[in-house]
Amino acid sequence: MIPEIGQFALILALSLAICQTVFPLVGAHRNDVAMMGVGRTAATGQFVFVGIAFACLTYAFVADDFSVLYVANHSQLALPTLYKVSAVWGAHEGSLLLWIFIITAWTVAVSRFSSGLPEAFAARVIGVLGFLSVGFLLFALLTSNPFDRLIPAAADGGDLNPLLQDPGLAIHPPLLYIGYVGFSVAFAFAIAAMISGDLDQRWAKWTRPWTTVAWMFLTLGIALGSWWAYYELGWGGWWFWDAVENASFMPWLIGTALIHSLAVTEKRGLFKSWTLLLAITAFSLSLLGTFLVRSGIIVSVHAFATDPTRGFFILTFLAVVVIGALLLYAWRAPSLDSDVGFGLLSRETFLLLNNVLLVVATALVLIGTLAPLVIEMATGGKISIGPPWFNVAFLVPTIPLIILLGLGMHTAWRSQDKTPWTRMLRLPAIAALVLGVVIPLFIYGRISVLLVVGCAAAAWIVVMSLIHPIRSLLREKGTAGITRSVLGMSVAHLGMGFFVLGVTIVSAFGIESDRALRPGETIEVAGYEFEMRELRNVEGPNFSAIEAEIEIRKGGDFVATLRPQKRQYLVQKNWMTEAGIRAGLDKDLFVALGDQLGNGGWSVRIQYKPMIRFIWLGALIMALGGLIAITDKRYRSKVRKTATADAAAAEATA
Amino acid sequence: MKPRQQRMLAVGLAALGIAIAAGLTLRAFQDNMMFFVEVSDVVAGEYPKERNFRIGGLVVGGSIEREEGSIDVRFDVTDTACTIPVAYSGVLPDLFREGQGVVAHGRMGGDNVFQADKILAKHDEEYMAPEVAESLSKHQKDIVKAVAAGAAECNSNDS
Repeated sequence: MIPEIGQFALILALSLAICQTVFPLVGAHRNDVAMMGVGRTAATGQFVFVGIAFACLTYAFVADDFSVLYVANHSQLALPTLYKVSAVWGAHEGSLLLWIFIITAWTVAVSRFSSGLPEAFAARVIGVLGFLSVGFLLFALLTSNPFDRLIPAAADGGDLNPLLQDPGLAIHPPLLYIGYVGFSVAFAFAIAAMISGDLDQRWAKWTRPWTTVAWMFLTLGIALGSWWAYYELGWGGWWFWDAVENASFMPWLIGTALIHSLAVTEKRGLFKSWTLLLAITAFSLSLLGTFLVRSGIIVSVHAFATDPTRGFFILTFLAVVVIGALLLYAWRAPSLDSDVGFGLLSRETFLLLNNVLLVVATALVLIGTLAPLVIEMATGGKISIGPPWFNVAFLVPTIPLIILLGLGMHTAWRSQDKTPWTRMLRLPAIAALVLGVVIPLFIYGRISVLLVVGCAAAAWIVVMSLIHPIRSLLREKGTAGITRSVLGMSVAHLGMGFFVLGVTIVSAFGIESDRALRPGETIEVAGYEFEMRELRNVEGPNFSAIEAEIEIRKGGDFVATLRPQKRQYLVQKNWMTEAGIRAGLDKDLFVALGDQLGNGGWSVRIQYKPMIRFIWLGALIMALGGLIAITDKRYRSKVRKTATADAAAAEATA
Repeated sequence: MKPRQQRMLAVGLAALGIAIAAGLTLRAFQDNMMFFVEVSDVVAGEYPKERNFRIGGLVVGGSIEREEGSIDVRFDVTDTACTIPVAYSGVLPDLFREGQGVVAHGRMGGDNVFQADKILAKHDEEYMAPEVAESLSKHQKDIVKAVAAGAAECNSNDS
């Protein structure tokens, strides 16, 4: 019964989504306020019904309703309740439902906080979001219904993939999807502006906080995925240039470009058509990412079981959205560009370069991701592009990007006077170079060109990011402090600096070693002694495991005891590695059990990962920067106005 | 700068960036492309001699051998028509098992043993790398028999 309610709620949501698309768009065209008003109501209704469907599916999981095919395939009686809930989005059908739920939530948020917008514009935004929602609801109902029944019901389920039974992965997809789907708001704003043919600086001001929020979630989602891959997959790497990782990274890169381009459009009314194009691209790449994951067309650790109809549907939808948006763009964009100039040495130039480099970086990732597909179609040869290629190719645009980043932050809009600028830069540049040599040489005792470049670049960004906040702290009383916008920017860039430092150090000094180890035996890796004290059996709720106790010492001094496990899950009979990790800001020590070697010993993978935490810490700080930036006064005043308007409206209706 | 110049600058920079990217991409692709070669082709000697490539197939039952206490392991991989021995030193992935699909990166050693530097087994049991699935279906031999015994009669011309 409950699953049928969910199914019915989804169908109702689809009807509401159609209303939410048609009425506001037509209403805005005819300037009919009543019709435009339908959009908000329909959006709220859709949110409620998709929420009901989502609750029904969650209930089916928690109540172990194995007469629902999706539940029977992806859950099991002994599964802990937390993972029964997260199993809802553990596979294709449910993750699609989550996706739809998030897009309706974004739509409701937009309709809530949009009373500061012109009515017709808000109506168009809601209409476009409704259209996207129609597409995904159709996708769910036609190809991937999560409520399909299994008759007769199974006695027990097939269990959730053990890899997904992890708290990190329980929240990774929702964060990532909030980010992915969030770019649909920027997309809808862009389409709405192009339909109305009216794009001024206010447009950029409205779009910016939405884009920043989406970007924040995407940043957190990607970082969490990377962290999870590190500790759960047992390979010890933090990024594999896997097709699906790339699929989430490309929208992030373009989203980052979009945030910067929006700054120029808001402050100076420039780059309008470029900003529109980025907004369209960011969302299109999100859709492309979905297509890559769903279709199974690309070999990936993330690929769900392949289904050509699903791939075809998404590809068609992608084509409709992208071609439609680009046609509209070709028609409208030429009339939007303004006649404002800027000097060669100005923040505009640096932000332009930022955009060019980020787009080049995205193009490289896209080429590397799609090349195996293209080459196979052209020559029939099956190739793969290895991470080394990505590592090298990606450095080409990012090294100049990092250097320019430090400069751009401290360059004035419009035109910058050269003399004070070069004078101000001298000290930070010297400091960065000195640190670039000192960090690798004196802390880690080795030096190379790439190391100096990496460490100097990281130090450069960190120093440059601290200038604004420090000046603000040292300012004389009574003078204006730093705005939240500038503080947010500084913090986000500081995070970037930490990230670059982490990547540089761990790439250069990380050590990985596969060794044989027996109870009572000690081996040495990276200057640490690893002693296997004992092996024992451990029972979990739905798995049994062999656990090793490994004591780590350095020069005889105790450092840590790690307890890596090899688990066997009882239903799927899969073996899973749970690594033992001693985490620290300066370094991680990582031990994973491999295979039994027959003499009572095990093969173990031991890793020494200096400063790897800075990678995720950096990403967290970047997201924090975004959070600070959206609390800037000028957005708050808008919200406050919205709140007052809401109150006034409530009073009027009361 | 005037808008015209701005546009020129933007277009120029973008073109330059793309040209550099394209050049580097093509150059670096040469070194980093890794071909997938069917086991039958490897047996027939048709594989890149001086560089790494990938092979894939099923792990033959009972073929996994290791010297006691050593991380060196040897096993046979079959595409149901032909079989080659693979040597690897290190930790095997969790889903590595007899009868399961596997992909190995590496190169041929002088003794006709494939020296793998990386072994991949997929995370999902039902999931098999598409190139492996295709390679297996092409030969259409009895998979169960092949896994149990290895491919006994390998005629390298049949591929």
